[in-house]
Amino acid sequence: MSYSPGGNESALKLKSIKWKQTWQLHAMMLPGMLFVIVFAYLPMVGITIAFQDFNPTKGFFGSPWLGLDHFNYMLELPDTYRIVKNTVIIAGLKIFFGFLAPIVFALLLNEMKIKLWKRGIQTFVYFPHFVSWVIMGGILVNILSRNDGAVNRLLASFGVEPVFFLGDPGWFRVTLVATDVLKEFGFGAIIYLAALSGINPALYEAAVIDGAGRFKQTLHVTLPGIMHVAVLLGILSIGNILNAGFDQIFNLYNYLVLDSAEIIDTWVYSMGLLQAQYGLATAVGLLKSVVAFLLIAGSYRLAVKLANYRIF
Amino acid sequence: MRFAYSPGAIAFRMFNYGLLTAVALLCVLPLVHIFAVSLSSAEAVNGNEVGLWPVDFSLGAYRASFDAPFLSALNVTLQRITLGTVINLVFTFLLAYPLSKESDRFPYRNVYVWALVFTMLFSGGLIPTYILAKQLHLINTLWVLVLPSAVNVFYIVLLLNFFRQLPKEVEESALIDGASYFQSMYKIYLPLSKPVVATLLLFCVVTHWNAWFDGIMFINDTDKYPLQTYLQLLLQKSKSVLSLEDAKMAAEDAAKTSIYGAKMFLSLLPIIALYPFLQKHFTEGIVIGAVKG
Repeated sequence: MSYSPGGNESALKLKSIKWKQTWQLHAMMLPGMLFVIVFAYLPMVGITIAFQDFNPTKGFFGSPWLGLDHFNYMLELPDTYRIVKNTVIIAGLKIFFGFLAPIVFALLLNEMKIKLWKRGIQTFVYFPHFVSWVIMGGILVNILSRNDGAVNRLLASFGVEPVFFLGDPGWFRVTLVATDVLKEFGFGAIIYLAALSGINPALYEAAVIDGAGRFKQTLHVTLPGIMHVAVLLGILSIGNILNAGFDQIFNLYNYLVLDSAEIIDTWVYSMGLLQAQYGLATAVGLLKSVVAFLLIAGSYRLAVKLANYRIF
Repeated sequence: MRFAYSPGAIAFRMFNYGLLTAVALLCVLPLVHIFAVSLSSAEAVNGNEVGLWPVDFSLGAYRASFDAPFLSALNVTLQRITLGTVINLVFTFLLAYPLSKESDRFPYRNVYVWALVFTMLFSGGLIPTYILAKQLHLINTLWVLVLPSAVNVFYIVLLLNFFRQLPKEVEESALIDGASYFQSMYKIYLPLSKPVVATLLLFCVVTHWNAWFDGIMFINDTDKYPLQTYLQLLLQKSKSVLSLEDAKMAAEDAAKTSIYGAKMFLSLLPIIALYPFLQKHFTEGIVIGAVKG
């Protein structure tokens, strides 16, 4: 055993200093945790109103209890089935295309060899991510208008009949998915591009020596190189099956497409805040939160298991 | 080394460049169109003459855009950005520093972690949050726009990961020399975190600039709307053009279209100005945040 002058002593000293001072770490946590308790945990206490005939003047605990009345009423309401169906369809389509588009884009971009061109394209496709859905919605309402929108004018010049993108129930969903994917695919591709740039060039050289063409290189080197990221993001996206995109739909929908576009979140908003049906809206919101919690927690567990993912 | 010049490869390349260029244009042309509309005269917009270039160039829409409600909303947004960013950064530092210690040095660390993670997975929902804000008398105040989002777990994770990459030795020798954890955070970690602070700053500014729903939910005094909320309510009116019955109103609305366009573009201007930095820092942020482990 080698002799290290003072090494052990200072390590011991450090340990005792750290133990003496841990209260400081707790003190740093305190203000933030108070905020978390007030703004994240107190609303969870407020979930009690899902079981009450809530009266704002009487508060969370003073209002008369109703038991499961709101939930029973909810199950009888035809609205419930409609909004759950809409939510799952819209969110499902968005997850599917929103998952594939960044991968395809990253793979194609990776084949581009002109640096400047590549950078230009990246600059363009990342941008919409930073535009709020308020502005994006305003732009889309303008350019997709049936009568004089730029898109329909363009289509008309090819002899295509005007399409009622935002007023036809079927087209509305297509528009939702397409515009959401278009807004986010570029940004979503960043992580794949990072993974692609991390692939060891020696693997490509080896593949070439083994006689692989561009396509085979993609199949046997590039794809396995991004697989772990794809698996991880794929698993984590399952938790979004009840998030159809409140911001987008709220800024685009209108009474013509309510039947096919009203989702849980928009329904909770209009039922709860506009019509002041606090108890019922909270009950529906609670059910959504619980299901989403189970899905997200499950997908995180899966991600930890399969992809060794750790958030903290 | 590559089989680049076979006819198939050339065809693929041309197709690839064409496709990606088209997709990239699809992402920005709508913005270019709105910009052109905002710079065109009302008549040209009414007559559907505007494509990607202003017709009958006019700055009238921009002059008309700076009306009292717009300026008031802009003012609210600037206030929430300033206050909100300071609050976000302070809380992010205060929470990320202790949490970057391993649990053998910071007992109960994992309790805090789980308390934070749980808030990402589950929330009280819209109505209880609204009622809470009401009972705390936060409705119609600037505070309601900055306090509920004061602690952001994503920012904490970002900073915590950055702290963990820094060498521990500096802090350890400072502690042996009698420094406290407070001093260590303030004098060692804070000065070292300049690059990640830039990223956090951008996140905070853009998030507060773009936030609109909290304004709809918690503010009902028109003087106190932040910019995006004001825009949201303004643009909602323009949606009436959608229905066929409102065709008559459509003509009237078209005259407003260039003003709407100008207001939208003005609201986009800070994002465009920050975009070169956003591209750099958000790219780093997302890579640090997501490809861990």
